[in-house]
Amino acid sequence: MTRWGFVIDISKCNACYCCFTACKDEHWDNDYPPYTASQPKYEQFWMNLARNERGKYPYIKVAYMPVPCMQCADAPCIKATRDGAVYKRPDGIVVIDPQKAVGQEQLVKSCPYGAIFWNEEKKLPQKCTFCVHRLEAGEIPRCVQACPSGCIVFGDLDDPQSDVSKLIKSANAEVFHPEWKTSPNVYYIDLHKMTKYFVAGAVVYGDTDECAEGVTATLTADGRSVKTTTNNYGNFEFDGLDVGKYTVKLEYAGYAPKTIDIDLKTDNYLGDIVLAKA
Amino acid sequence: MSNNVKGEQVFTNCCTGGPVYVYVKDGKITRIEPLELSKDDATWVIEARGKKFSPENRARVSAYALAERSRIYGSSRILHPLKRVDFDPKGDRKQANRGKSDYKEISWDEALDILCDEIKRIRVNYGPGAMLSTPSSHHNWGNVGYRHSTYFRFMNILGYTYADHNPDSWEGWHWGAMHNWGFSWRLGIPGQYDLLEDALKNSEMMVFWSSDPSTTSGIYAGQESAIRRLWLKELGIKMVFIDPFYNFTAINFSDKWFAPRPGTDTAMAAAIAYVWITEDLYDKDYIKSRTYGFDKWRDYILGKEDDTPKTPEWAEKESLIPAREIRALAREWGKKKTMLAAGGLGGWGGACRTAYGTEWARMMVLLAAMQGLGKPGSNIWSTTGGVPFNADFVFPGYAEGGISGDPANSAAHFQMISRGVTMHPVSSAINNPGGQHIPRILVPECIMNPPQEWRGKGFCGNSTETQFMKYKYPEDGFSELKMFWRYGGAYIGTMNNTNRWVRMYRSPGLEFVVNQSIYLEGEAKFADLILPACTNFERLDISEAANCSGYIPHSSYGTNRRMIILQKKCIEPLGESKSDYEIFCMVARRLGFYEKFTEGGLTEEDWVKRVFNASDLPKYISWEEFEKKGYFVVPLPKDYKPTPTLRWFAENRKKDTPDWGPIGGATQGLPDSEGYIDTQTGLIEFESQSLKRFDPNDEERPPVTKYIPSWEGHHTKELYSKYPLQLISPHPAYSFHTMYDAKGCWINEIPEHRVKAKDGYYYWVIRINPMDAKKRDIEEGDIVKAYNDRATVLLAAQVTERVPPGVVHSYESCAIYEPIGEPGESPDRGGCVNLLTPHRYISKNACGQAPNSCLIEIAKWNK
Repeated sequence: MTRWGFVIDISKCNACYCCFTACKDEHWDNDYPPYTASQPKYEQFWMNLARNERGKYPYIKVAYMPVPCMQCADAPCIKATRDGAVYKRPDGIVVIDPQKAVGQEQLVKSCPYGAIFWNEEKKLPQKCTFCVHRLEAGEIPRCVQACPSGCIVFGDLDDPQSDVSKLIKSANAEVFHPEWKTSPNVYYIDLHKMTKYFVAGAVVYGDTDECAEGVTATLTADGRSVKTTTNNYGNFEFDGLDVGKYTVKLEYAGYAPKTIDIDLKTDNYLGDIVLAKA
Repeated sequence: MSNNVKGEQVFTNCCTGGPVYVYVKDGKITRIEPLELSKDDATWVIEARGKKFSPENRARVSAYALAERSRIYGSSRILHPLKRVDFDPKGDRKQANRGKSDYKEISWDEALDILCDEIKRIRVNYGPGAMLSTPSSHHNWGNVGYRHSTYFRFMNILGYTYADHNPDSWEGWHWGAMHNWGFSWRLGIPGQYDLLEDALKNSEMMVFWSSDPSTTSGIYAGQESAIRRLWLKELGIKMVFIDPFYNFTAINFSDKWFAPRPGTDTAMAAAIAYVWITEDLYDKDYIKSRTYGFDKWRDYILGKEDDTPKTPEWAEKESLIPAREIRALAREWGKKKTMLAAGGLGGWGGACRTAYGTEWARMMVLLAAMQGLGKPGSNIWSTTGGVPFNADFVFPGYAEGGISGDPANSAAHFQMISRGVTMHPVSSAINNPGGQHIPRILVPECIMNPPQEWRGKGFCGNSTETQFMKYKYPEDGFSELKMFWRYGGAYIGTMNNTNRWVRMYRSPGLEFVVNQSIYLEGEAKFADLILPACTNFERLDISEAANCSGYIPHSSYGTNRRMIILQKKCIEPLGESKSDYEIFCMVARRLGFYEKFTEGGLTEEDWVKRVFNASDLPKYISWEEFEKKGYFVVPLPKDYKPTPTLRWFAENRKKDTPDWGPIGGATQGLPDSEGYIDTQTGLIEFESQSLKRFDPNDEERPPVTKYIPSWEGHHTKELYSKYPLQLISPHPAYSFHTMYDAKGCWINEIPEHRVKAKDGYYYWVIRINPMDAKKRDIEEGDIVKAYNDRATVLLAAQVTERVPPGVVHSYESCAIYEPIGEPGESPDRGGCVNLLTPHRYISKNACGQAPNSCLIEIAKWNK
C-alpha cells in the first residue's frame, strides 16, 4: 500500500515562507472537489510556520518549523466528526468532506496541532490534504514544490526504499507530540530545536583573558555523562536536553577544574566561565 | 507543467522573485508556480572534495513570487484614472490638501486632457526643465516595460529634469571601496565569477559580515542560492556571522554570531587587522606585490599616527564585542582560507548605509587583501552569485536601455548598441551632466528650499572621478521645478526622513503632480492626477531571470542557470488600467510625438521580437519554438573553463574573467591586460590615490581608511541620552522594495513582516531585545510608537534576543503611509520607519544615504 507522508528537516528551514504562500496560491479561490473547497484569501494557514527562539543574547538559536495537517493515522478529527464527514483514504490522507462537514465547527478544536481552520463564510472546517487533488494528477504537493532547501520531503512511508523512509531511519526523524497518540504521518528531523533545551557557556582562561579552546566539558545527569570540547571561542554546548538537574564540569590541564550545578528549566547560556590557573 | 484542471491555459512570466508558470482559467489567474525545467535543459556539475554538486530542475523563487496572485488582484489596485476631488487645474489647485482629499474616477480622455494641458502650460510658462520625473526602482519586470526602456524612451523625447537614483544598495562601496580597488563599472563591488566552485573546492570558512543572502538573494534570484549554502555546510565549511541582527541566514548556518553596535563594524575590522599585523597572520607577499600604501595604513592601525593602537580592547569599547573574541576570530580567519561575504551581493550590506559606511566597505576590501584576495578559496563572495556561467551568450538585462537606447542614463548600453533593438535611440537634452538633474535624496530640498548643491550624478559608474563632480540646482539657465510626473509611490518608505517628502508634496511651489502607478499607496495618494498602470502579468514582455546587467554585469549568475523568459500576457489589464507603453503612446499621440516614440507604430510585441532578434537567442532557438516553450536555458560552452574573480590579479597576469572594464578603456597608462585593476596605481590601495588627489585633508573620507565614530550614534551624547535605541532598517526579507507589502498581499500575513493587532490592522514589525522591552513595559505583539525629533511611527513589537540590548531592527520599504492625523505632522500607522531615519549624507562629500545611523526611543502606544 501507499501511505503518503512528509519528513521535514527543521535544520533546513530558512523561514523563506515559500511553502506558506504557495499553499495560499494553490487554494485561494480554487475549489478542488471532492477534497477541498476554496480557502479564504486571508487568515487560514494550512501550511503554517512555528518559530522557536532559544537562549539569550549573545548565545541564541532560532528554528522555524513548517506545520501542515499531520494526516494522523489515529486522527482526533475523525473521532470528533459527525456523519462521516472526515475520513481517511487508503493512502493515509485525512479528508474533510467540504459538503458533509458544513457546520461542524467542533472539528477545529478537535485538532491538537491547530491544523483545522474555520471558514466563517462557508461555515466549513478546512485543512491541508497534502494537495491530494495534485497527487491524483501525478504531481507533488505545492509546499514541497516551493521549498528551496529540500526541507520538506514527500513520499511513501510504506516503501522502505523511498526518500522519506530512508530519512526517518537515517536521521532519527520523530513525530511532533507523540504523547498525543495520534500517529501522525508527518515526521521531523532535529525536532529538539523546537522541543528541547540547551546548556552552553564561554570558557575563559583567567590568567591570559583569552578564549579557552580545547577545554573538556562534561555534562552529567543521573549518573550518565556526555563530553564535548570548547571551540576557538571557548564555547561549549549541550543540546537536546530535558528539564532537570545537571552538572557541567570543565577541565583543562594546568587549570583548576570547575563544576557548575544547573537546575535546567529553560535554555541556559551560562555566559563567561573563568578557569583559574592551577 | 501541470494541466490538472481542464480548460486552464499556462503562460510563462517572470518577476523580481523569479520565473513562473501562470495558470489562467476564464480570463482569471488561478495559480502561479515556479518555472519547472526539463531534463533536456542544459545544466552543470561541480566536483569538489569527492562530491558532485548540481542544481535542481526547478526555478527556486521567492515567497513573494508565489504570492503574486494576491498582489495582482490586490486591494489597492487603481482600476480607473483618478482626479483629486478638490484639484481644479483652471482655478484653485489646493496643493495643501494633497494627501488628505479623496479622488474621483474620471475617463482616460479627461485624464489625458488634464495631463497634456498641464505639460503644455508648464512648458510655455517656465521653459525646459520645469517638469521633474523619476520612477521607483521597480515598477515591473521585463526588458521592454522596464523604466530604463519604455519610460526613458518617452521621457527623453518629452524632456525632463530627472531625479537621479542614489546607489541605495551600494552606498559605502560606491563612495568608498571604489577608491581602494576600482570596479567603478560595478559601483565599487566585485564580480563573483566562478567563486561557487572555488569555495566548494578550496574555502575553509565563510565570514558573513552584514550579509543575509537567505533573504536578499543577491538580487532578483529568489531562493536559487539556498542549496549552495547547504552544500557548504555539507562540506563542513565553518560560517561566522557579523550583524547586529541574528539574521535569516544565521538561523541555519551560524557557528558564531557577533553583533557589533551599529556603526562600529569598522572599529572591529581595524582590530582584526591589528591582530593580523601583530601576530603575523597575513599574506606579506601579496601585500608587497599586489597592494600600495600598506605602511601608512599599518601605522594608523598600530597607533603610530594617532597614539591609539586599534587593539581588540579598543574595539571592544566601541563595538561591545569582547576583545578576546575579536582576537579569536582574527586568528581563525588569518589561518583559514576564507570567503568574506560583505553584504548580499559579494558587497552591499546594511553596514555600508551608515554614517561613514564608506570606511566599512573600504576596510572589507583591505581585510580581504591582507588574506590574499583572489587566491584559491580566499575572496569576497556571498554565495548568491558565481555559478558556472556562459557570459558569451548575449541577452540584455533591464539596465542596458531596452527600447530607449539611452546611452547616458542606462548603464552598459554599449552591450546592445549595435544589435538593433532600436533604430532611433533617444537621449535627453536636459537629463545629462551639462543639463539639469537633481539627486533623488534631495528632491524635497530642491523643491522647498533651493538652491542646493551636491556631488555626483546618480550612479557614478563611468569612472571613479565622476562622483567628485559638483552640481547645483537650479542649474544655470534652467527653470525651477513646477510639475512632478512620479512613476510609482515608494519613496516615503524607502528614502530617509520622509516627512520631508510629505511636506514637499503639500507645498504650493509644486503646481501639478501626476502619478503613474499600479497601486494607490504611498506617494500616489499625494497626486492631483493618477494614471492606472497594469502589472507585467497583463502585458507582453521578455526578460532573463535576475538579469539587470548595467552596474551588476552578468547578474544572472545569481540563478543556478541562465533562464530567458517570454513574459506572456496572461490576462487583460484589470479595470481600465493599461501597460505603461500604452499610456505613453496615448500621451505621445496627443503631444505629437507618437511616431517617434513608437518608432513608426511598433507594438509591444514588435519590441519584444526586436529584443529577441537582437540577442543570441536566434542562434539556438526560433521565435516560434521560444514562443511555444516560453523559456530558454542557456547552455555552457563545451570547453567551459572557470575563471574566478581576481585570480588573475592575485597571480599578476592578464585579466581572464568576462567582466567588463572602465567605460572608455582602462585607467590611463595601465591597461588591464597587465594584471592591474582600475585604480591609479593599478593595485589595491591602502592609501587611496584618487581620494588623496581629490582632497587629502577630507577627514570624513581620508585617503587612509579609518574608523570614524558615527554622526548619529553612541558618541553623539546629547541625542543618545534622549534617544537611546539604535535603529537598523535593512532591505526587507519578504518583499522586494515596497512591491509586495500591503495592498492585500499574502506577505502581510507573515508574522516576521506584519502582525495583525487587536484593532484588526496589520502593523509593521519592529524587533526589540527583552531587556529593552521590559524597561518600557512592552510585550510581544504590543503596538508601540517609535519616535525621535523627525517622526513617530506605530509598529508591532517582536520581543526577541535576535537583537542585542540597545539595538532595534525593523525592515525598510513599507509600501503604505497612513498618518493618523495631519499628513507629515502625525504618527504613521503604515509602518514607514524611514520617516525616522536621517537624510544626512554618509559624509560631507559622499552624497549617499545612511539610514542605519538612526537613534530613536520606543514607548507603548496606549491610544
